[in-house]
Amino acid sequence: MVERYSMSRKIFVGFNYSILTILAILCLLPLIHVLAVSFSSSSAASAGYVKLWPVEFTLDSYKYVLGKEEFFRSIMMTIRRVSVGLVVNMVLTILVAYPLSKEVEKFRWRTIYAWVFVFTMLFNGGLIPLYMTIRYTGILDTVWALVLPQAVPIFNMILLLNFFRGLPKELEEAAFMDGAGHWKTLWKIFVPLSAPALATVTLFTMVNHWNSWFDGLIFMNSPKNYPLQSYLQTVVIQHNFTSASLESIAELQKISDRTFKSAQIFLGALPILLVYPFLQRFFMKGIVLGSVKE
Amino acid sequence: MQLPLHLMILPGLLLILVYSYGPMFGTIIAFQDFNPARGIIDSEWNGFDNFRYVMALPDTMQVIWNTLVIAVGKIIVGLIVPIVVALLLNEVRKEYFKRTVQTMIYLPHFLSWIILGGVLIDILSPTYGIVNQFLKWIGLESIYFLGSNSWFRPMLVMSDVWKEFGFNTIVYLAALTSINPTLYEAAVIDGANRWKQTLHITLPGMAPIIILTTTLALGRVLDAGFDQVFNLYSPQVYETGDIIDTFVYRLGIVDAQYGVATAVGLFKSVVALILLSTSYFLAYRFANYRIF
Repeated sequence: MVERYSMSRKIFVGFNYSILTILAILCLLPLIHVLAVSFSSSSAASAGYVKLWPVEFTLDSYKYVLGKEEFFRSIMMTIRRVSVGLVVNMVLTILVAYPLSKEVEKFRWRTIYAWVFVFTMLFNGGLIPLYMTIRYTGILDTVWALVLPQAVPIFNMILLLNFFRGLPKELEEAAFMDGAGHWKTLWKIFVPLSAPALATVTLFTMVNHWNSWFDGLIFMNSPKNYPLQSYLQTVVIQHNFTSASLESIAELQKISDRTFKSAQIFLGALPILLVYPFLQRFFMKGIVLGSVKE
Repeated sequence: MQLPLHLMILPGLLLILVYSYGPMFGTIIAFQDFNPARGIIDSEWNGFDNFRYVMALPDTMQVIWNTLVIAVGKIIVGLIVPIVVALLLNEVRKEYFKRTVQTMIYLPHFLSWIILGGVLIDILSPTYGIVNQFLKWIGLESIYFLGSNSWFRPMLVMSDVWKEFGFNTIVYLAALTSINPTLYEAAVIDGANRWKQTLHITLPGMAPIIILTTTLALGRVLDAGFDQVFNLYSPQVYETGDIIDTFVYRLGIVDAQYGVATAVGLFKSVVALILLSTSYFLAYRFANYRIF
């Protein structure tokens, strides 16, 4: 489309680009500021000299954080929950999405099952009964408490279900003609063809497990078992240093509370920042995929 | 022939039955003087005593009110900002600029409230926070944003918009690209300028999706955002910032009043069920929206 730009149009375009630029920068400024603080000396940080660039550059806070046993332990717990959670979530998402993607004529129970799953999105028992259930099933204080209660992520399941439905019916019919059953059709045809949707769901699941913190806080009796985000909740948000030993208090005076927290905030966000380019590419597709309906 | 299909569903179904339907059944402790040592079977039934006890607490009404005010504030501002940004982005012709802006504004959506809460506590700090340094620099008084009852709710709404507006912008941008381009061509021939086109074609074209997202958002009006509030609030701002979910947490986990906390949770779940079903029904009826 060839456009003749009038004066007012030119002003609008200039204004539009400026507004959007400012808005986009404003979104990231707080994060950049905290990153700058984490690389600054503690005296500069506590005096408030740091703006958007480190002042008296140092890696002391990072050395301190990475040397802490609790920090490493919590990262290991997070890696465990992400890997166990990913396997459980993906297998169950695929296994539930496939039958529910069938037409009612082909799978009579479909509607009933679908409602059983979807109803959990509309109604939940609340915090205390969930805690009791986890306690009675004996998984309190184990990685399973962070995985099993959300073993079938309904949103992801629906996303995949809609993708399955969008696949050509002929493929499935051909597979059945060749004597393949449902299991073979699912693993040999549906799963390979759904790579983009599965990639989206995999990334969503990993980000979700990495970011979860509240379950760790209440289902883990011992802080030793806290995953990273739960651990960060206690040190960055609750800022409770009453239990710190005298030695670590002396250590902390050298590395201010503030630079120390900033370094941990940045490390907690780092994996997300690393997968972000992929996430962005996939989730645009994912949202479009999820809306494919018949 | 259908047996494999049942078998595939079975593991997921069992887990859902235990960990989603189990707690639903467990809500019966809302009608008990629940004692964990005695368990559900042997705890004493006390009818509606827990509900009566909660209604008599001085904080309860305030907590419900806070929840509604915060949630509605987020719905309104969280609706306007992404629509405006989508409209502005839609006017951008340079693809790389559009993509760069999108990449920058989506990012906070993927970070947890622990990370964003940590960042907010730092930048809003009354002593070293950069926001207050700026206020002092331009000659204003510094403000304790997260500790002041007049500032806490606006801060919740603003930080929620910061996290989510970029993500929601996509939905509206997608709706914008689906508007029939011939409508614009016809409008140009009729002499409509850009502003008129936006007013008479773009906005009406977006109306269905706007109505849909609002309806679905209203179904969650009791969710004021536990993750966010829990990581930003403190006893100083309970008066304006304490919401149903944080209230349940303190009653149940901190004070160990299991029956009472479950009663509040059950109240919330039942109201949420009614609101959600209504909003999904309306969305289905008027926008032909289906969950699956």
